[in-house]
Amino acid sequence: MDDSIYREQIIDLYENPLNYGELDAPDWSYEEDNPLCGDVVRIEVKLGADGRVTEVAWRGDGCAISQASASILTEEIKGLTLDEVRHFDKDRLLELIGVPLSMARVKCALLSLKVLKAGAYGIPDPTHMREGGS
Amino acid sequence: MLDVTKTRADFPILQVEAHPGVPLIFLDSAASSQKPEVVIAAMDAYYRQMHANVHRGIYALSEAATNAYEGARAKIARFINAAEPAELIFVRNATEGFNLVAFAWGRANLQPGDEILLTEMEHHANLVPWQMVAAEKGAVVKYVPFLPDGTLDMAALPGLLTERVKIFSFTAVSNVFGTVNPVKQLVQMAHEVGALAMVDAAQAAPHLPMDVQDWECDFTAFSSHKMCGPTGIGILYGRRALLETMPPFMGGGDMIRRVTLAGSTWNELPWKFEAGTPAIAEAVGLGTAVEYLTGLGMDEVHAYEQYITTYALEALSEIDGLTLLGPSAQQRGGVAAFTMHGLHPHDIAEIVDKDGIAIRAGHHCAMPLHHKLSINASARASFYIHTTTEEVDKLVMSLHRAKKVFRL
Ligand SMILES: Cc1ncc(COP(=O)(O)O)c(C=O)c1O
Repeated sequence: MDDSIYREQIIDLYENPLNYGELDAPDWSYEEDNPLCGDVVRIEVKLGADGRVTEVAWRGDGCAISQASASILTEEIKGLTLDEVRHFDKDRLLELIGVPLSMARVKCALLSLKVLKAGAYGIPDPTHMREGGS
Repeated sequence: MLDVTKTRADFPILQVEAHPGVPLIFLDSAASSQKPEVVIAAMDAYYRQMHANVHRGIYALSEAATNAYEGARAKIARFINAAEPAELIFVRNATEGFNLVAFAWGRANLQPGDEILLTEMEHHANLVPWQMVAAEKGAVVKYVPFLPDGTLDMAALPGLLTERVKIFSFTAVSNVFGTVNPVKQLVQMAHEVGALAMVDAAQAAPHLPMDVQDWECDFTAFSSHKMCGPTGIGILYGRRALLETMPPFMGGGDMIRRVTLAGSTWNELPWKFEAGTPAIAEAVGLGTAVEYLTGLGMDEVHAYEQYITTYALEALSEIDGLTLLGPSAQQRGGVAAFTMHGLHPHDIAEIVDKDGIAIRAGHHCAMPLHHKLSINASARASFYIHTTTEEVDKLVMSLHRAKKVFRL
């Protein structure tokens, strides 16, 4: 009866998610589902003039783990550059979630990161645009 | 009634602990059933005493293997009351049965504009192959809707079952709602407009007495692993007259009569559809599984499941915030899919697992069904001949505990 994966923080975030909602004119908005369970997450991001994440919001429907993960991840990427977002380490996210997950639940935990990265790679890198000039 | 203490003793896995000190409560037989000792022993004995390739050797051992393989076919033919064993094709699973008909029959017979009629409660196995062949042939797939209680909208059928429909393929028992559909009536309605009828018996064969001649269906498919048999084998049943006119599905050894460099001619039924070395030990295992089920009596099996399902539906419906999907116990097989307010199915399954209880969470390979209900997923407990009322009580207790963990 070890329910340690549902420690307080996970349930708190499930009940009161952080950064939940939508943005006005985001730089990108990307949504994907986990085909295994049908859970959906959408993440919207706005970058500042310095190329860093200034605003981020997410919406979704899923289990406590996938939802808590989205809250934790969106908190964590504020202030990161596009390149840092693109290279956000999945082990870092799992560490931040901080509860022991079975293989099936790791997929739930990483759905938000998958969505974030797919979105981040889908837009042109503003620094490249500046450097490349074409 | 079936003596559940006795049947429990038949399943070695029920002695296994889910976690150290926590006994296993297996409520996921609808996904894949556990195996009785006799089935495991039969496959073991086959490998120890008579394995050789079938239909090839002249020597005694190969003949013994061939007899075991064909003997299994005959047992399964009796189990579903087929007119003859040659109408049973050994496939890998129900899914392969649908693919075989969709491609071997569909490619040869579908024309642009023809319609394939399915229902909205189908498993992906009885959906995707038809969508694939329809795309290839320019045919159109249509769906019979289901009503809020998870039964088919019979009133919509006449409008959908037109002369354009060439095949109507539907499930005998829904793997989510548990709905037992009126197979005989649906087959008859298909035949009235000149369409063929195929029945998905994956959730019927393990649980109900089955009689393909009474159903009068043209094809049916089911999987061994859901009915006490091994994985890797299943049955496609087809009426001889139809199977004879169909081209083969796969080419290779065993399915040919004569091969020249210019071309080949096909073997007779059922081997025309069994290319390559088959799953021999698995056929033997399935043969033993149907003997086991016949020994219990399929009427008894069905009656016991009705009893335990009625008990479970009542117990579950008393949980605040729990919504059951599907019809009343009288109209359903041994599955109870449900959702809980404020609790995602994954979280439900994870928490009850800690109490040793195995249930399924997800869309159960029926995404269109869940989509229509505007949910992404559901939790599903399914019951079989070894499920006890105590196990159902433990599930209910565990669900209450899940609510507590989530402060509900
Ligand atoms: C109603 C129904 N049809 C078809 C299938 C497919 O069975 P298999 O995966 O063994 O081919 C299943 C299995 O879940 C099922 O429940």
